[in-house]
Amino acid sequence: MRTIRIGSGAGYSGDRIEPAVELADKGGIDYLVFECLGERTVALAQQARMKNPDSGYDPLLEERKRTVLPLCAAKRIKIVTNMGAANPEAAARKTAEIAKSLGLRSLKIAAIVGDDVLEACKAGDFPIMEFDGTIRQLGNRLLSANAYLGAEPMAQALKAGADVVITGRASDPALFLAPMIHAFGWPMDDWNLLGQGTVAGHLLECAGQITGGYFADPGYKDIPDLARLGFPIGEVGEDGSLVITKVEGSGGAVTARTCKEQLLYEVHDPRQYFQPDVVADFSQVRVEEIAKDRVRVSGGRGAKRTGTLKVSVGYVDSFIGEGQISYAGPGALARGRLALDIVRERLKLTGVAASELRFDLIGVDSLHGRQVSAHANEPYEVRIRVTGRTENLREAVRIGNEVETLYTNGPAGGGGAWKSARDVVAVASVLLPRELAAPSVRFVEA
Amino acid sequence: MKLREIAHSRTGDKGDTSNISVIAYRETHYPLLREQVTAERVKAHFAGVVEGDVVRYELPNIAALNFVMSRTLGGGVTRSLALDAHGKSLSSALLDLEIDVPADVK
Repeated sequence: MRTIRIGSGAGYSGDRIEPAVELADKGGIDYLVFECLGERTVALAQQARMKNPDSGYDPLLEERKRTVLPLCAAKRIKIVTNMGAANPEAAARKTAEIAKSLGLRSLKIAAIVGDDVLEACKAGDFPIMEFDGTIRQLGNRLLSANAYLGAEPMAQALKAGADVVITGRASDPALFLAPMIHAFGWPMDDWNLLGQGTVAGHLLECAGQITGGYFADPGYKDIPDLARLGFPIGEVGEDGSLVITKVEGSGGAVTARTCKEQLLYEVHDPRQYFQPDVVADFSQVRVEEIAKDRVRVSGGRGAKRTGTLKVSVGYVDSFIGEGQISYAGPGALARGRLALDIVRERLKLTGVAASELRFDLIGVDSLHGRQVSAHANEPYEVRIRVTGRTENLREAVRIGNEVETLYTNGPAGGGGAWKSARDVVAVASVLLPRELAAPSVRFVEA
Repeated sequence: MKLREIAHSRTGDKGDTSNISVIAYRETHYPLLREQVTAERVKAHFAGVVEGDVVRYELPNIAALNFVMSRTLGGGVTRSLALDAHGKSLSSALLDLEIDVPADVK
């Protein structure tokens, strides 16, 4: 039976650089996938592209490509990534330029375009899923609308000989499904194969989260050598069989436990994991340790895909102002509470226009709120944090200022004040009839 | 004892919804999770955090439960005022739940 080995070189935009190099060098992989595009990143990248038409792709593209391209070219490892963000063609041109500068010739680089569906969304004026309203009602706050594309255009690019495939918004598991569809010729209506392939993609897409990252809990779940965490490899057979492993000698661990946690990560109903290519069913999945750092994962299934694609809509939501300051030693908690009371009153007295405010004691109740944290012990030090949502930057700035002035006007011994004010680009979703997105492949030669 | 002694957990986020898995270390403990870690108990445990519903899904093959909690992430990860906008730390709070483990269950 034919098998391919797919490495996962990044689980988010800012992820560590060298685990991908280790995978390319020692992983015996056929494909190296970089998942680098967060929910709102496309909207931010779109803002960058509006300022400069040659930008709008992932800021670490150059560093990642420079470190792995020579190894990948020498070993004929194909790269698939969503580092194209809001501008896959510019990312492809940049990659070609990097390849040339490294002396690599005749690399075929493909850009997948067509995830930008802003015009179609405006024309259809679709309802927003998260709150009452439609696309048009966002008015000039609307920044971007990008459809989660499926694996097909990426698989087409691979079939046409691409060495590097760069897409913008695509479903994360589809980045991994594309090599499987290409390598094995899986039909796009074999729902069970696509479902099991989606299990593989879902397990691999967050890179280190399945090799021991986001997992360790000393004394309960110990993981060796997290500073040298190895990123995962999926060995996928043409029948969909899957083993998750990692480079021998790298840090971390692949166990049934790490795989189970990642299987359910960001999953709602496990019977219905909606993807552009399939509705995957994780409910019958089995996980089995077959050797050290080798876990077999089987039983993924699927049902027919839906008629719509999920679209991520970026918009300017509001502004957030924030301030923090710390207190320590005996009475720290009481002084922290006093500080919060003062800021609360000051915001009222000075008429700061905030639609939502939050008063936290970091070290006491900032993560889980007052009720859950009610029985916590008194800490040696606390840091207060005040945040608020405003309509404009001017009001947001005033929130941090009211925390900062605690230095000279607040309780004794306040130190390390910090403040910020920023605009908030948020994302919402709409469902777009799938025929309204028309992805295509464009090649750039290095 | 605490849930932490018999199960591990991970939080994921999508929009304003948080999901928390609870996975038994031993398959023999899975029935205890099913009986005692109910959606109602989880909702009560997260008083002041979960503003919406808690729905529980069962995955007997991997001895796990998955809790899906709506209106939990301050209006959505990308606009939340919270320090932990993703709610990544919520799994640790859930493991603080008290569980009765009968002496004859190994």
